[in-house]
Amino acid sequence: MEKQQDRDDAAVHIEDPWYDALAAGWGEPGGADDPVPPGAPAAPATAVGGPGHRTGEIYLEVHRSAAFQEVRSRYRRFVVPATTAFFIWYVAYVITATAAPALMARQVIGAVNVAMVAGLGQFLSTFLLTWAYARHARLRRDRAALDLRWAVFDRTRDTESVPGEDGWWGSPTGLPAPGHAGAGEDGK
Amino acid sequence: MTGDHQTLALVLFSAFIAVTLAITTWVSRNRRGSAEEFYAGGRLFSPMENGFAIAGDYMSAASFLGISGLIALYGYDGMLYSVGFLVAWLVVLFLVAELVRNCGRFTLADVVASRMCERPVRIASGTSSVAVSVLYLVAQMVGAGSLVALLLGGTSDAARSWTVVGVGALMVVYVSMGGMRATTWIQIVKAVLLMAGATALTVLVLARFHGDVNAMLDSAAAQSGHGRDFLSPGLRYGTDWTARLDFISLGLALVLGTAGLPHILSRFYTVPTARAARRSVVWSIGLIGSFYLMTIVLGFGAAAILGTGTVRSSNAAGNTAVPLLALDLGGGAGSTGGTVLFAVVAAVAFATILAVVAGVTLASSASVAHDLYASLRRRPGGGLSEVTVARVAAAVIGAAAIALGLLARDLNVAFLVGLAFAVAASANLPVLLYSLFWRDFTTRGAVWSVYGGLVPAVLLVLLSPVVSGSPEALFPHLDFQYFPLQNPGLVSIPLGFLAGWLGTATSAEEPHEAKHAETEVRALTGAGAV
Repeated sequence: MEKQQDRDDAAVHIEDPWYDALAAGWGEPGGADDPVPPGAPAAPATAVGGPGHRTGEIYLEVHRSAAFQEVRSRYRRFVVPATTAFFIWYVAYVITATAAPALMARQVIGAVNVAMVAGLGQFLSTFLLTWAYARHARLRRDRAALDLRWAVFDRTRDTESVPGEDGWWGSPTGLPAPGHAGAGEDGK
Repeated sequence: MTGDHQTLALVLFSAFIAVTLAITTWVSRNRRGSAEEFYAGGRLFSPMENGFAIAGDYMSAASFLGISGLIALYGYDGMLYSVGFLVAWLVVLFLVAELVRNCGRFTLADVVASRMCERPVRIASGTSSVAVSVLYLVAQMVGAGSLVALLLGGTSDAARSWTVVGVGALMVVYVSMGGMRATTWIQIVKAVLLMAGATALTVLVLARFHGDVNAMLDSAAAQSGHGRDFLSPGLRYGTDWTARLDFISLGLALVLGTAGLPHILSRFYTVPTARAARRSVVWSIGLIGSFYLMTIVLGFGAAAILGTGTVRSSNAAGNTAVPLLALDLGGGAGSTGGTVLFAVVAAVAFATILAVVAGVTLASSASVAHDLYASLRRRPGGGLSEVTVARVAAAVIGAAAIALGLLARDLNVAFLVGLAFAVAASANLPVLLYSLFWRDFTTRGAVWSVYGGLVPAVLLVLLSPVVSGSPEALFPHLDFQYFPLQNPGLVSIPLGFLAGWLGTATSAEEPHEAKHAETEVRALTGAGAV
């Protein structure tokens, strides 16, 4: 349990080998170091790992933890409405363009008509959604996801001695083989 | 087209080949020969590098020359392509890039097979990946052949055939010697060249109209011979309901197919983390979006400056619109500026084809070696090493693509690309989304979903007006056309999703809670990712 408390210390993250620097890239302006808002547990609430737990069980346990459910619901709460919205907007655009050219030909300003505005609107909405998604993932998911990754890593390392877990996956991190046939059954 | 253009274009293109071969040699000297190195370039590219490489993989000559040409000929209807090609990246960004990076290792089949009974699923998605790649490859080879004829004036059949053979041989050298690392650097060099070329031309077009886009559009409408109709949809796809449905079908295939293209998926494995994969997609959306915006300016600019009639008389499909525009912007035929710009555009187009071809060949050789060979060999662990098989596979696929490229050289390139997207959207995307997001998905569902998309897509094409029953068909004298649309996506994509659901519903296999939990945790957190 000490390891998990250490993990809450932000300084630990910097030495994290998987932690690529939070530099603000294209479309991700500023605010790179905002922590996960309070109220969201950063480590699994049901952290009861230890030697003896097999891989399948560890994943099931993490899957049930409040921290993981929170990461997943944050991901879904963004992705499901955003995907629905851009898909409907695109299909509506294609159908209107092919089925109702008269509507699309209506003039707006100068040579610019509804069709031009809608087409450029598709470009604009794509850029905006890209920016929003990158920002949302960086601020609301990345840190919690990394903590969970560490939690799984710590606990699988404790059970590393389990035989027969070195399949073709051959992970350099020493993690057990997730694609290994039967890895899931081990937990049963 | 005078000899000056040809000489200078050949010099520039030889320089590109020399530089890329130097990269390949340099990279293969430091190579360790592991699968990690060959398929994923050691997974150490930065998001920016990978973003340029993704853009380089995606922006084919078909989009540079083809879309601008379509806009120059049909106005707004050409623009519909650009929109579809860009919006598709939201599917990749939201649903695929990070999760695939976290769950997979080298190929699409890695993601799907990790929670299923491995062998049948791996064979199914390996087969569909190879099918998509070969279709895409043939399109690029055919494009390379016609490009030579168009740009260098070498209209003889021998010149086209030798170009196809040459492109095929070069790509085999790049891929089998340099693997992913060399391929990635070639994509980056090409993406920079393409963006620079397109930006220069766009600036020149806008400068011609003193930055007044409205004046350019007015002029385009006036020069097109269609008046205001040129700026609104309907010139190409508005003729009858079959044409309209055909375009809707193509639009669906474009948007859903990108996320199922094997050479795009394999690019996410070249960066260390899911976060890096996301940032590379953000980079590539920025690059691809600005590139397609520039092709719109170039297309309308070509119509405004050259006139639609001139473009059509040079090449009925519009593929020469951009080279002709470059010639005019540089000062017209015979001038130094015109010669240089024309040669630059020609060289950039060649570079584009070579780079795309190398990327697709690498992805399909990975599918052959990592999915098909590894599953089908008799003794697991015996036989040749996977990387050796991949190198041989690259040579075999190269040879097959050369042969098919020579056979299919009269087919329309845009149609072939649209078909590759349709097959990717029908066979690869449903199984990928189901295995990432559906708890009850089973092995039978995965296998049915792949074949349930692949078989209808290919069958519907065989029964379409592209193959028989119309004057432009592959076999114009036969008539076994029963399906009215050229693009099968509208029917085959829903069938792929339906087959996956049906296979799962009828399967006796119990959904495996632990494996689903593992997939979800791994996908969203990166736990256990390589």
